[in-house]
Amino acid sequence: MDQLLKILKTNARLSNAELAVMLDLTEEEVAEKIAAYESAGVIKGYTAIIDDAAIDPGLVTAMIELKVTPLSQSGYDEIAREIANYDEVESVRLMSGAYDILVSVTGRNIREVSQFVSARLAAIDAVSSTTTHFELKAYKFNGVPIFDEDTDERGMVSP
Amino acid sequence: MMTDYDNLLNPKVVEMKPSGIRRFFDMAAQMQGVISLGVGEPDFKTPWAIRQTGIETLRKGRTCYTANAGLRELRQEIAKYLKNAVHTDYDPDHEILVSVGGSEAIDLSVRACVAPGDEVLVVEPSFVCYSPIISMMGGVPVPIETKVEDEFRLTAEQLRAAITPKTKMLILPFPNNPTGAIMRREDLEAIAEVIRETNIFVLSDEIYSELTYSGKHVSIVEIDGMRERTILINGFSKSFAMTGWRMGFAAAPEGIMKHILKLHQYCIMSAPTTSQYAAITALRDCMNDTVKMKNEYNIRRRLVVDGFNRLGLTCFEPQGAFYVFPCIRSTGLSSEEFCEKLINSMKVAVVPGNAFGDCGEGFIRVSYAYSVTHLKEALKRIGEFLKVLEQEKQK
Repeated sequence: MDQLLKILKTNARLSNAELAVMLDLTEEEVAEKIAAYESAGVIKGYTAIIDDAAIDPGLVTAMIELKVTPLSQSGYDEIAREIANYDEVESVRLMSGAYDILVSVTGRNIREVSQFVSARLAAIDAVSSTTTHFELKAYKFNGVPIFDEDTDERGMVSP
Repeated sequence: MMTDYDNLLNPKVVEMKPSGIRRFFDMAAQMQGVISLGVGEPDFKTPWAIRQTGIETLRKGRTCYTANAGLRELRQEIAKYLKNAVHTDYDPDHEILVSVGGSEAIDLSVRACVAPGDEVLVVEPSFVCYSPIISMMGGVPVPIETKVEDEFRLTAEQLRAAITPKTKMLILPFPNNPTGAIMRREDLEAIAEVIRETNIFVLSDEIYSELTYSGKHVSIVEIDGMRERTILINGFSKSFAMTGWRMGFAAAPEGIMKHILKLHQYCIMSAPTTSQYAAITALRDCMNDTVKMKNEYNIRRRLVVDGFNRLGLTCFEPQGAFYVFPCIRSTGLSSEEFCEKLINSMKVAVVPGNAFGDCGEGFIRVSYAYSVTHLKEALKRIGEFLKVLEQEKQK
């Protein structure tokens, strides 16, 4: 992966000037590259990595496996898009293996998520079954560890 | 009572000065909330595959001594590595020693070569251990002071001027700690030209060789006529982030190595077995991790060099290791004053340049083995510190 993307993936708040220095490019080159990635759809947006549990320990996230009968015309795409339209849904992925679509949902409590699964996802005609896994604790996402960082065990000064 | 130890102990040891870094270590250790740029070791963890091998061999109970020179399998891997990295053949059975870090190999090499009265040329600024070991042997350390205008490279003229009939050895520490300087092929060729017709040994401490940012590292053993007189020292600490494993090695012609090996036999027996197995995995499977770490260091290097130059502490662009060596003379302070004030007022720890030899005066060593966020915060604080100094001056 391009070094620029690697850096942005873990810290999107560095200025173009800083990125330019770090990558030995000019500021203009950085701006051009970023614009190119944006228009090619490589960079979809810039977001903060938020540890939901730190805001409200009551929040729950669930991974929901869906078995889906693909529609004859549009295959899985139409169903996946329909699911993605819900604000509650954070990610939708088509998977290989024992189930077809993996959905992640965050809600204020278990009941809210369960309600969403039964009333919205399970109700879709093409969905033949759902399996809901509630997350107990998150350690890393988007490539960023969200547990407390290990303390630096190195001494303050060494030769 | 037997308490007058200083008069009873070996005067050479009693006279030996503790490392100049020690004082700053103590100062920083007593303070809360210090952010340090003072550490000479990677911030990365040892790649998982290497740790896994250590764990696995422990689990299997592979905890005996190894051959004195180290596991044969590891020596073979080291020979392959050297062939690949510095294009030089070493016989794993007679010319390679696995040591307890690069440090042990340095100690053994100096002890094997230096007799009382011998002069040893020590390129400075450099790592702190060479001169004390030379002095212990009754040798005379002769500093050669590299200069910022030469980008802290050793020049042939300086070398020629320092050689006397008593010169036994040249210590060549590149890529350099603390300056980050490297020697290019043409620099080494010029050096080789000077020593080719002499009987001077070269101790080439290449512990930072994998952290070279412009082109590939070149070793002096690659230059005509140099392999026969050179003890090449390297190790796993910096390249694989394995400092605590204490894994280094030396490579030298059999006629030298067989004597070094005797010293190693008597004082160490064999390097730690767990670490040796782990080191095999490092060379076999983890060169990619080294490249990844190097790329990350390189990003930080550019950020820090740029940062210091912006702050007006001019900083030549180092091409190796993970240090920058900015000049602080513009502040009117000595290196130690600068570092002491900086840590007391802004809680940022850096190392005074003169800890690495007198010619490091006027400079500070800054390690960039830290995260970008950490480095940016430290640079910000140093910027504030310089503003305060400026205001004090105007009063």
